[in-house]
Amino acid sequence: MNKVHNNKAWWLVLPVFLLVAFSAIVPMMTVVNYSVQDIFDQSSRYFVGADWFRQVLRDPRLHDSLLRQFIYSACVLLIEIPLGIAVALCMPTKGRWSTVCLILMTIPLLIPWNVVGTIWQIFGRGDIGLLGWTLNKLGISYNYASNSADAWVTVLVMDVWHWTSLVAMLSYSGLRAIPDVYYQAARIDQASAWAIFRHIQLPKMKSVLLIAVMLRFMDSFMIYTEPFVLTGGGPGNSTTFLSQTLTTMALGQFDLGPAAAFSLVYFLIILLVSWLFYTAMTHGDKN
Amino acid sequence: MAEIRLQNLAHSYSKQPGGPEDYAIREMTHVWHQGGAYALLGPSGCGKSTLLNIISGLLSPSEGQVWFDDKVVNDLTPEKRNIAQVFQFPVVYDTMTVFDNLAFPLRNQGVDEARVRTKVNEIAEVLDLQQLLKKKASNLTADEKQKVSMGRGLVRDDVSAILFDEPLTVIDPHLKWKLRRKLKQIHEQFNITMVYVTHDQLEASTFADKIAVMYGGQIVQFGTPRELFEKPLHTFVGYFIGSPGMNLIDVQPQAGGVGFADVHLPLPEAMQATLAATPWKTLKIGIRPEFVHVWDAPFDEAMCADVTHVEDLGTYKILTLDLSGQKLKVRLQEDKPVPEGKAWISFPGQWLMLYADDYLLESGHE
Repeated sequence: MNKVHNNKAWWLVLPVFLLVAFSAIVPMMTVVNYSVQDIFDQSSRYFVGADWFRQVLRDPRLHDSLLRQFIYSACVLLIEIPLGIAVALCMPTKGRWSTVCLILMTIPLLIPWNVVGTIWQIFGRGDIGLLGWTLNKLGISYNYASNSADAWVTVLVMDVWHWTSLVAMLSYSGLRAIPDVYYQAARIDQASAWAIFRHIQLPKMKSVLLIAVMLRFMDSFMIYTEPFVLTGGGPGNSTTFLSQTLTTMALGQFDLGPAAAFSLVYFLIILLVSWLFYTAMTHGDKN
Repeated sequence: MAEIRLQNLAHSYSKQPGGPEDYAIREMTHVWHQGGAYALLGPSGCGKSTLLNIISGLLSPSEGQVWFDDKVVNDLTPEKRNIAQVFQFPVVYDTMTVFDNLAFPLRNQGVDEARVRTKVNEIAEVLDLQQLLKKKASNLTADEKQKVSMGRGLVRDDVSAILFDEPLTVIDPHLKWKLRRKLKQIHEQFNITMVYVTHDQLEASTFADKIAVMYGGQIVQFGTPRELFEKPLHTFVGYFIGSPGMNLIDVQPQAGGVGFADVHLPLPEAMQATLAATPWKTLKIGIRPEFVHVWDAPFDEAMCADVTHVEDLGTYKILTLDLSGQKLKVRLQEDKPVPEGKAWISFPGQWLMLYADDYLLESGHE
């Protein structure tokens, strides 16, 4: 066969390039534009170089919410991933009950973030909320509006309630894809339940777990709506995570320059951590 | 190490089996003796794998018992039966190295690490895996993986039996032969009962001392390769063993023998008596292509057949003949002249088998 050697195929890449340019690159360049200038109005702008970056990187308010954000995302992953796997392992594999389970699991995923926030905001109230009222009746002091730890736990529980099913369903699909013969071989080899999990189920679930970890990390790292609806980031600053700090900075105080600089730092952090997860989880494949 | 006895064993995948057609395994009683090398031969879907899974405990039989020596093991899990099984497609633990894969069954039993190392190295040597021991199992080729799977089956030498479920399906032909030899060596060395499932008669006869031929959920014959060839007890064995298979022709009883169309085949008197005493629905004669005698010249007692096709397979030729409307395959040795147009043939009495409802009829004194 005669192969034609020219660069015409690049034209085929053009539509995708344009699409990505409009959806991601152009908007991001606007942010870059803001991050290196001080813009007052259409006619007055000053180039400030890396000043905004220097400023936001030294801002203690951002340090605090960044730390809070990392602790929060770590908690989310540490709870939701093992819990999701455990739920998937317990789910029935066939018959009507597996369908029922799958439908039940999907329900939380269909609820919008702000509705979840509202549900828990009411559910947790001491006067009319079932959860808050019951806890208080049992003698456990619980008030997310005044106690930072309570607010924190509530936001975390909310996320676990909302998103563990995603991890569970991904794990479930990974588990279903394991051929029976692996389990049979393991029984012949007299493997314990733990060995089966460690050497068959976990490795075979790896690719779906990678997706689950990445999705849950990125999503939780960008959490905004739930704490905002619940307490508006309080009490104090206890549930003020990164995106809320950023929003306050950009829209509340109209500090567009620092906000733009911080957006880029924020983006790079997510990119870096996602890359670390990806590399760590796929590294084992190489010999 | 154990003798494996299947007592009135039957298995059906449906909960309420109606007739015999619902059974994957029809009632059978069969013994695999300690230390034997056996093959379980049959076409796809005849119940071979089901039978194997029942022996290993992956399946629980719906009727009858499985005995290991003097113990009923029906309720024992595969883990408790201490049995090894190698599956058709390779199963390796991807995240482990080849060494850890081979060591896995031993470590699960709590064997001490020094012994694990000796055993694994021993098996790796037998299977030519020494070079790969440090490699991750996920990076192996299909036949290397299958060798690892087999290695895991062979690494424990205290097992009751090793079961092979068409283990060489994914292996290259030249390697197949080598591995079969290896298995045979291992068998001789360790004296473990081995049951080898296959649908390939060559594989079965090179590996096994005795072959069980399965058909329609039953073992229709259990014997040495030679017995299966010379005296098939069931038309299926005749058809399935040998290449080409046995010639089977529907016949009707006639005075002094049997016949079809204008062909009359005399039978010895003892056989005539047996036939008369046996009720039957279908009656067939069977003769192996190798045993049909072809005369060099027209001969009075011989039958005349038309030659319709000659197939040259190198060392021998296969003739397709038309004998009074019945197709007949004949294997002709190389030194014999190829008959042109017409062939004069006869069926030597000792090789002519008579089947009533597919089972061999044997006269009393034989």
